[in-house]
Amino acid sequence: MVRTEDPRLLTVGGTYVDDLREPELAQAARVTFVRSPIAHALITGIDVSAAREAPGVVAVLTAADLDDLPPPPPDSGLTGTEGLPFPLGGHWSEPLFAVDRVRFVGEPVAMVITDDRYQGEDAAELVSVDYEQLPAVVGVAGALAGESLLFPPAGSNVAVSTGTPADSAAFDGCDAVVEQVIVNQRLAPVPLEGRAAAARWADGKLTLWVSTQNAQIARFILAGALGLDPANIRVVAPDVGGGFGAKIGVDRDGLLVAWAAKHIGRALRWAETRSENMLAMTHGRAQRQVVKIGGTRDGRILAYRLEIVQDTGAYSRMGGFLPFLTSLMAAGPYDIAHVETAYQVVMTNATPISAYRGAGRPEATAAIERAVDLFAAEIGMDATEVRRINLVPADKFPYTSGSGATYDTGEYVAGLDKVLTGAGYAELRAEQARRRETGDVLQLGIGVASYVEITAADADGGETARLVVHDDGTATVYTGSSAHGQGHHTAWAMLVQAELGIDMSKVTVIHGDTDLIPMGVGTYASRSLQLGGVALQKAAIEVKELGRKVAAEMLEASEADLELDVDRGVWQVRGDPATSTTWAQVAAHVGEAGLAADVNYTDGKPTFPFGTHLAVTEVDTETGKARLIRHVTVDDAGTVLSPVLAEGQRHGGIAQGVAQALLEEMVYDAEGNPVTGTLVDYAIITATELPSFELLASETPATVNPLGAKGIGEAGTIGATPATQNSVIDAVSHLGIRHIDMPLTPARVWAAISEARESR
Amino acid sequence: MKVTVTVNGGEVAAEVADRTLLVHFLRDVAGLTATNVGCDTSSCGACTVLLDGRSVKSCTVLAAQADGRQVTTVEGLSSGSEELHPVQQAFRAEHGLQCGFCTPGMVMASVSLLAENPSPTEDEVRSALEGNLCRCTGYHNIVRAVLAAASERRPS
Ligand code: FES
Ligand code: FES
Repeated sequence: MVRTEDPRLLTVGGTYVDDLREPELAQAARVTFVRSPIAHALITGIDVSAAREAPGVVAVLTAADLDDLPPPPPDSGLTGTEGLPFPLGGHWSEPLFAVDRVRFVGEPVAMVITDDRYQGEDAAELVSVDYEQLPAVVGVAGALAGESLLFPPAGSNVAVSTGTPADSAAFDGCDAVVEQVIVNQRLAPVPLEGRAAAARWADGKLTLWVSTQNAQIARFILAGALGLDPANIRVVAPDVGGGFGAKIGVDRDGLLVAWAAKHIGRALRWAETRSENMLAMTHGRAQRQVVKIGGTRDGRILAYRLEIVQDTGAYSRMGGFLPFLTSLMAAGPYDIAHVETAYQVVMTNATPISAYRGAGRPEATAAIERAVDLFAAEIGMDATEVRRINLVPADKFPYTSGSGATYDTGEYVAGLDKVLTGAGYAELRAEQARRRETGDVLQLGIGVASYVEITAADADGGETARLVVHDDGTATVYTGSSAHGQGHHTAWAMLVQAELGIDMSKVTVIHGDTDLIPMGVGTYASRSLQLGGVALQKAAIEVKELGRKVAAEMLEASEADLELDVDRGVWQVRGDPATSTTWAQVAAHVGEAGLAADVNYTDGKPTFPFGTHLAVTEVDTETGKARLIRHVTVDDAGTVLSPVLAEGQRHGGIAQGVAQALLEEMVYDAEGNPVTGTLVDYAIITATELPSFELLASETPATVNPLGAKGIGEAGTIGATPATQNSVIDAVSHLGIRHIDMPLTPARVWAAISEARESR
Repeated sequence: MKVTVTVNGGEVAAEVADRTLLVHFLRDVAGLTATNVGCDTSSCGACTVLLDGRSVKSCTVLAAQADGRQVTTVEGLSSGSEELHPVQQAFRAEHGLQCGFCTPGMVMASVSLLAENPSPTEDEVRSALEGNLCRCTGYHNIVRAVLAAASERRPS
């Protein structure tokens, strides 16, 4: 299989927002943001006079110019404990431009509009902002200390606090109990294309081209923020250079570009720099967790408690949703009698946290998979054996976990065994023993993580598809789902070919244009195939039934006698290939009325993909440098439509997951200044730091949707991170090391080794 | 200042500001938008093109420095989407791209690698592409594509 998207991407390149050469944008001016260089400060004055005089400057705008917007919506009353992914309102609201106070380095304070890009850089430097610095709230500890408040009227930095109180009796029957503080560090999503938008206001209508995962959601947000009728807004998502959850809808910078185009009456373009992107888009993860796990000496886990403090950064863009998902999935794939969770969401002077590939589930898996390894070490049992004993057995599905999620289908033990066999687990352990014996400088680590995750958590939000068959035998798909690398155009064409026999090459897929597709949700939470794909399949079946009626009429046969030859894409009387009619003829016969179907599929249910990852690392005990040398996985996402596309999702996710374990972290200093704010300091994983991956196949169909599909977009990051972390710790476990926080940089691993050696 | 660059075989001449980067010259003046900008610290390689046959990050070169020289971008590799260059063909066959943003730079870096080393090992491919970041593919299929393109070119 080759993708239909690729010839264009490989020869003339995609059309990302900054590549648009539409005539409407020919006169577009450039937007450059002026951002806060300070983590926490009062704004005591902004002087834009010098910038206004600079060459090429069209306008300089600040919060004072936002006088043509509707009043902010009243406080929703949401406290963020409902588990809904909405920003907290009221005291905690996020403005468009900073008003009176800045809360993170990178927050937009003003906007310079110039004729060309270089003029913008110059003029932005001339905007003079007076700040009165305030003590910065850095990290979870700083937030909880409460000495400085981001939102004084709220009286606290804690925005959400919920969960079950600790029940000390829960661990009473345990032979062994282990507790550990775990940091799931703050990450930058870094899609290779940063955020970008272009906007035009003409004839009472706003058009926004934006690099987004969800054109329709972006339109909804725009309508609310700018006080416009959605009918007067068109949002277009052209090619999008990666999203990873960080481009859901549209955020304040994009809203400001749209507003400014209307405010000054000129088309505008904006494409952020990478350094802006690292600080002003969103970050992910950022949880401090406390795990407590207990069980019997023969390996049965009896009780588990997970306490989370979610650092949500300067603004709460998702309420309590991320730690809610972490709590929901806390028990992982294990059958544990007693599970407790509790979480807090706290504000800090750092970039706001939002979804990042996995969004709450990698954090759950990282916690329980570390906990299982700690428990195994405590009782002196092989960690894979502990997993086998506690994994939910295949005959228990559907299974409701101790943390409250109902898993649909699974073959957890089989998945684990497949990976252990595929990797040659016994041989790896033998090799590890040999290296320990000889005192090899390069010690071998073997780390395993088993997981279950939730995809399409908001399945009832549905997804749309419209399918039209034309009188030239081609077909057009309008999908509410949205592509940014996943291969929707290919996958959707495959679905049409499978149902109707219309060749993939004759199927055009259109997404991300609200004029053409007013209803839709878009792509996040690994929802595309199981919702958008099913919607399209249903539309294709409706078109098929329409086609049957028409073909029966044309061939003067009864509908029951007609069959669709999917190989040739023709209707024929059963057993009589000589009498046949093509899709083109059927569509032509219908004429104007058209051969089309519209589906909004809202009957889907969340699905629970699962799997096991095994990472083999080599750790240089003299330098602390850890290197991943093998990565073997089973990622069972139900029935697979396209193995090639599914594997591609796994590859990318694994790389990002390994990167969290070994390299990546957004670091802030005591004043709240980002220390890793460029790609020079923030270590994106490169080709040299990864091996080729060993992917094993496993398909346990979902029963809640007709494609049998579960989501595959996020599995890689969910499994790979703890497998890699466990692997590095395993490599040095013979020195008495039980835990090292991520990222497992040479400095950290080396420090752990020296400390362990000293204490011997 | 006036700059004249031969881009994909055709001459492009324009009056540009002294500080104009080659990548912006290609995108805004020559109208070739396949070459992307992925960073501002010369870290990502999305902007990789060939300058006189050797790969360079076009965000680190001034348009003025390319004056009188030859530039090849991904648009110049093949005559259209029907006839792909062997490296483009291999990226397609091996699913070596997802969102496509790193792809033009990745393809040009690979072309340059294979020109210098027609039969690289997997490690050599990985090292040669160290300066080209991809956030989507985990590099797995990119490496396979480059190795496939290499064996394709080797007479068997
Ligand atoms: S744009 Fe990143 S290296 Fe040139
Ligand atoms: S394919 Fe998206 S960055 Fe490489």
